[in-house]
Amino acid sequence: MTVGAVPAARAAPVARAGRERGLAAAGLIGPAYLWLLLTIFLPLSAMLLFSFLTVAPFGAREAEFTLKHYAAFFQKEFYRTLTWRSLRLGFDVTFWCVLIGYPTALALARHVPGRWREALFLLIVLPFWSNALVRVFSWTMVLRGGGLIDQAAQAVWPEAPSLGILFTYPAIVVGLVHSFLPYMILTCYLSLQAIEPSLEEAALSLGASPLTSFRRVTLPLSLPGMLVGVVLIFVPVIGSFMEPRILGGPEGIMLGTVIEDQFTVVFNWPLGAALSYILLAIVLLLIALAAPILGRPLAAASGR
Amino acid sequence: MSAVEVRNAVKRYGALAALDEVTLAVPEGEFFGLLGPSGSGKTTLLRAIAGFVVPDSGEIRIDGQRIEGVPVHKRGIGMVFQNYALFPHLSVFDNVAFGLSVRGVPAGEIRSRVAEALRLVRLSGLEERRPRQLSGGQQQRVALARALVTRPKVLLLDEPLGALDKRLRQEMQVELKLIQRTVGITTIFVTHDQEEALTLSDRIAILSEGRLVQVGPPAEVYERPATRFAAEFLGEANLFAGRAEAGALRTPSGLAIFSALPLPPGREAILAVRPEKIQLADLAMRAPDGANRIEGRILRSIYSGSSIAYRVEVPGQELTVFEQNRAARAREEGAAVALTWAPEHSIPVAP
Repeated sequence: MTVGAVPAARAAPVARAGRERGLAAAGLIGPAYLWLLLTIFLPLSAMLLFSFLTVAPFGAREAEFTLKHYAAFFQKEFYRTLTWRSLRLGFDVTFWCVLIGYPTALALARHVPGRWREALFLLIVLPFWSNALVRVFSWTMVLRGGGLIDQAAQAVWPEAPSLGILFTYPAIVVGLVHSFLPYMILTCYLSLQAIEPSLEEAALSLGASPLTSFRRVTLPLSLPGMLVGVVLIFVPVIGSFMEPRILGGPEGIMLGTVIEDQFTVVFNWPLGAALSYILLAIVLLLIALAAPILGRPLAAASGR
Repeated sequence: MSAVEVRNAVKRYGALAALDEVTLAVPEGEFFGLLGPSGSGKTTLLRAIAGFVVPDSGEIRIDGQRIEGVPVHKRGIGMVFQNYALFPHLSVFDNVAFGLSVRGVPAGEIRSRVAEALRLVRLSGLEERRPRQLSGGQQQRVALARALVTRPKVLLLDEPLGALDKRLRQEMQVELKLIQRTVGITTIFVTHDQEEALTLSDRIAILSEGRLVQVGPPAEVYERPATRFAAEFLGEANLFAGRAEAGALRTPSGLAIFSALPLPPGREAILAVRPEKIQLADLAMRAPDGANRIEGRILRSIYSGSSIAYRVEVPGQELTVFEQNRAARAREEGAAVALTWAPEHSIPVAP
């Protein structure tokens, strides 16, 4: 029957087109994943191996298999305190980034006309273009007792008490919020920008006040962007070491700084590697626990 | 009392006047169409009534109340947007319920009123779907149900059927009109589609460059266009320009066109004649007494199924003539023909 033959004859080219598309996709994706494999996966695997050795296998040193570095984490109160401090830092920095970043993104997406928006965006990404170390050291000059803030305050009111907060916990938060705020603004801006303005108009036309319209339409639809920003900020902050060390001084001992010490000062690579993997495990655990909460608005906003 | 009244509304964007002294009144229960090309101000006018645009001057009243200072959410309007603007994160039920729940209507009443609204637009059973899972026509119905469920004083439709394909659009036109009649709600809609405006409206307003050109029932606006713009924008029109002399208009090329309507004697005037009012005949055919008769030659024919459009060359200009496709074959290009039409079809229009 010719009728039956037609789909069969057509199926072959369709299958070939599908295969070609698959090859094309592999060709496009391949280089990136090969690069990631060589530069990230291999060194990480080496670190994972190190974390189970007594000493880093450099030169002629004899390395043996051990779990003592992982055991140390659970045996010593010290590490648990540090983990808690790092998590708290992560929560605090992320909280302030949301509190400052989301309204900024909302204003940029809704109320700032085109040309101004570009200029303001430039100011937001400016921190990205400066060296991180320079950025942090500039903060020390601003935040130290008798620094720029104090001078400014005393210029207005000579009796002003010192506002220097260098080498305190708030100084670390200030420095980290400054570094990571652009991520929050950009991810929130992108998801706010993608919301059709007519949706908010529809809400108003249905009798919702501007505040209700924001709460029931704009906020839920932009939540995915905010959550991406939260993950992008929270994860690196709990492993951060430079800002805590330089701005926090003695207050700045975090899991990140201790890990750094193992590599650069104590030269105990296996312990540093083990602590890094424990940190990674904590991050993955937190994301897994938050997934149901994070996943719901993502699914809802995409209309599925 | 008019349900919606606009008086001397002006809105300027820089040097451009989007609304230029617009005055109109829409009585209770009327289906009112705003028709015009893009940039004519029709959408600005609709958005001014909705409250998204604040006029520079003039008055807007809904139910006799001035509302220029009233924010959108307190105007008691229902609106259907061009892209429907359904909330993608809410189900069909929650979309329709939105206007009721922000008003604090009790849950039980919300359920029954949403069900009623969805029955009206024939979407019962799709309550749990997301907008993305609906076809364009279904999304349109949800948007309509959502706008009607709050029982607004006025329903505003912004190019409501613009995103649908032609067949679906015609179906929805019939249904939209039926729903509007059933609910009896005053409705103002914006369209650039002349056929849609003629089909749906009780009255049409034609806008051009922020000004109202003509307002009236579809047949009146079509049969008696007031201006050249109205004649050419709504449907097609053949225009004869010339000087009026004793009941006829004489064109520079020597044609004498008769009109049953008074012409300003000795002055320049324009007559508009609809292409379907003109009859084509062989040269031997004589016109009835008093009818217009001019001779011409067919330049080309455009076949469109039920009718055929001819471009005909007559002294000094070309005309368009529509003929019902009754004959076995179209008239040949190059053939000489007589064009006749009754003088009441020659309509004087303002330039």
